[in-house]
Amino acid sequence: MPNDPVVEERGLGNAGVEIVVSVLVIALGAVAIWDARRIGAGWGGDGPQSGYVPFWIGVILIVASLVNLFQVARGREAGSQFASFGQLRLVGTILLPAIVYVVVIPFTGIYVASAVLVAFFMVRLGEFRLWVAAASGIATAILVFVTFEIWFLVSMPKGPIEDWLGF
Amino acid sequence: MEDLTALMGGFAVALQPHNIAVMFLGIVLGILIGVLPGLGGANGVAILLPLTFAMEPVSAIIMLSCIYWGALFGGAITSILFNIPGEPWSVATTFDGYPMAQQGRAAEALTAAFTSSFVGAFVAIIMITFLAPLVAGFALRFGPPEFFAVMFLAFACFVGLGRGSPVKTIIAMMIGFLLATVGLDTVTGQLRLTFGSTELIRGFNFLVAVIGLFGVSEILQSIEEGLSFRGRSAKIRMKVVLETWKTLPKYWALSLRSAAIGCWMGITPAGATPASFMAYGVARRFSKDAAGFGKGRIEGVIAPETAAHAAGTSALLPMLALGVPGSPTAAVLLGGLMMWGLQPGPMLFVEQKEFVWGLIASMYLGNIAGLIVVLVAVPWFAAILRIPFSIIAALILVVCAIGAFTVNNAEFDIIMMLGFGVVGYVLKKLDYPLAPLVLAMVLGDRTEQSFRQALLMSDGSFGIFAANPLVSTIMALGLMALFYPMLSWGWAKIRAR
Repeated sequence: MPNDPVVEERGLGNAGVEIVVSVLVIALGAVAIWDARRIGAGWGGDGPQSGYVPFWIGVILIVASLVNLFQVARGREAGSQFASFGQLRLVGTILLPAIVYVVVIPFTGIYVASAVLVAFFMVRLGEFRLWVAAASGIATAILVFVTFEIWFLVSMPKGPIEDWLGF
Repeated sequence: MEDLTALMGGFAVALQPHNIAVMFLGIVLGILIGVLPGLGGANGVAILLPLTFAMEPVSAIIMLSCIYWGALFGGAITSILFNIPGEPWSVATTFDGYPMAQQGRAAEALTAAFTSSFVGAFVAIIMITFLAPLVAGFALRFGPPEFFAVMFLAFACFVGLGRGSPVKTIIAMMIGFLLATVGLDTVTGQLRLTFGSTELIRGFNFLVAVIGLFGVSEILQSIEEGLSFRGRSAKIRMKVVLETWKTLPKYWALSLRSAAIGCWMGITPAGATPASFMAYGVARRFSKDAAGFGKGRIEGVIAPETAAHAAGTSALLPMLALGVPGSPTAAVLLGGLMMWGLQPGPMLFVEQKEFVWGLIASMYLGNIAGLIVVLVAVPWFAAILRIPFSIIAALILVVCAIGAFTVNNAEFDIIMMLGFGVVGYVLKKLDYPLAPLVLAMVLGDRTEQSFRQALLMSDGSFGIFAANPLVSTIMALGLMALFYPMLSWGWAKIRAR
């Protein structure tokens, strides 16, 4: 299909991602079985033990993933693309800042982190001017503060700046 | 008759001024959620749920269910004007809605969509009004084996009736069940799968999971498609509304058929999305002008919208009557009931009459309110999509983070939310269905409990799941649904010979 740029662009194949996910699910099932056997997966004096249900969930997970792997091996996903490298890069431009955002919240509080996130996205992705972005970020933080802390009386994570301001 | 009196009492509750205010607030928030990419009914309700803890349960559920109606209406706006389905169930609406908008018939398409949504919901609500008390009354006789059988049937329907790969449905579901077991085992008090982590003793909260799986993952997927909004202008003049309304009655058969499809798909947990596709397909098959579909036929808007709204609404029937939600959003609402200290299921109709009938009455009123709001305010909602995606994406991330935090006031949950977001993105791209995962997370504890109680009753014999006609019928139906893909595959093989 020469008219379809998505197919032409190089990228990550579906089959590879399928295999990774299936292997992870199998590992998950194995963990479930291991933990279930630790706490007892059989029949106790008071009925089924705590591990009874997780044990069988683990078994089903492993069997189902093996079937899925088998289908992938028979070429079900051949040629289909998970995402092109260009698309993955776009996803990264959102995901990486998001990771930084959630990691710093315990240290800076949610308001400062949110203001910076909004401003950063506007400058990086939207090509806004810095002062517009900064003003929007601060406005967002204030709006969130008024809505939640004052209106709904929900306390949000706070950092040094809020301490300094006396909240 | 007794039920009708109760319904009138419900109207009295729902018509209190503060409840009407809450209703309109919910509708507006819901449409907003439906219009914005990255916020959907399920995670919109999940984000706002913690804020309702201080409210009366009746007001809270009215607001949350109205958010749900609003989201159903909102999805149609972006499908028709921008060819961007705001919600999965409005994908089918784009097929004919967007061509209509391109031909300058946007107002006609929107009016048809909103009116059909309203009709679909109305049919479903009438059905709930009369059927839910009967189902609940019947379910009062249920013991643990019957309850497990009902859950089994619900989950088996996902496997049998879902459109995707049955194996992937099972995997998604089992991941949900496994996540539900993490934490304290309520029967024996033992810790399961916590590995010494204090954060995990609380277990995985499904609200946090919903916000990540449906909200964050949606943003990741939207950016990948490189969003550029090129929309048609939308203004609905009263004249066009009246003219469209004049033409609609002649499609009564189509509406009824689509509503019936929607109700059926909503009660069985197949949900609004397949219902909308199915209604569209059926409408095309019955039409004399099948080739005209996809080029802007009004039937192509009426059918999916009616079915989606009917399905979305009737998904609340099993949630109210049995405690088994028919859709992810219904599952979140069910989680809300439990958090407000109400036990969902048949006893609700006995112990919380005022609550149940207040909710049902608010469904009637909420959909009328929704129809008014969307017809009046379409241009403003459409203008939201002119806000650059860079701003929307950041704001939605912030809202999701706040929502995840407020569930338990735990900063760790924000990190968990992002983790679920990435998982949701990958699973969605590989066509693993997320609805059964969420439903399993919500229902996991109760399913396991009824399973274990049933086995306790029988001293470990699985015979209890076939011990009386009722439980064995439900189990048989469940097994049929579970193995339906295999049966139909085998049947096709035999016939091919």
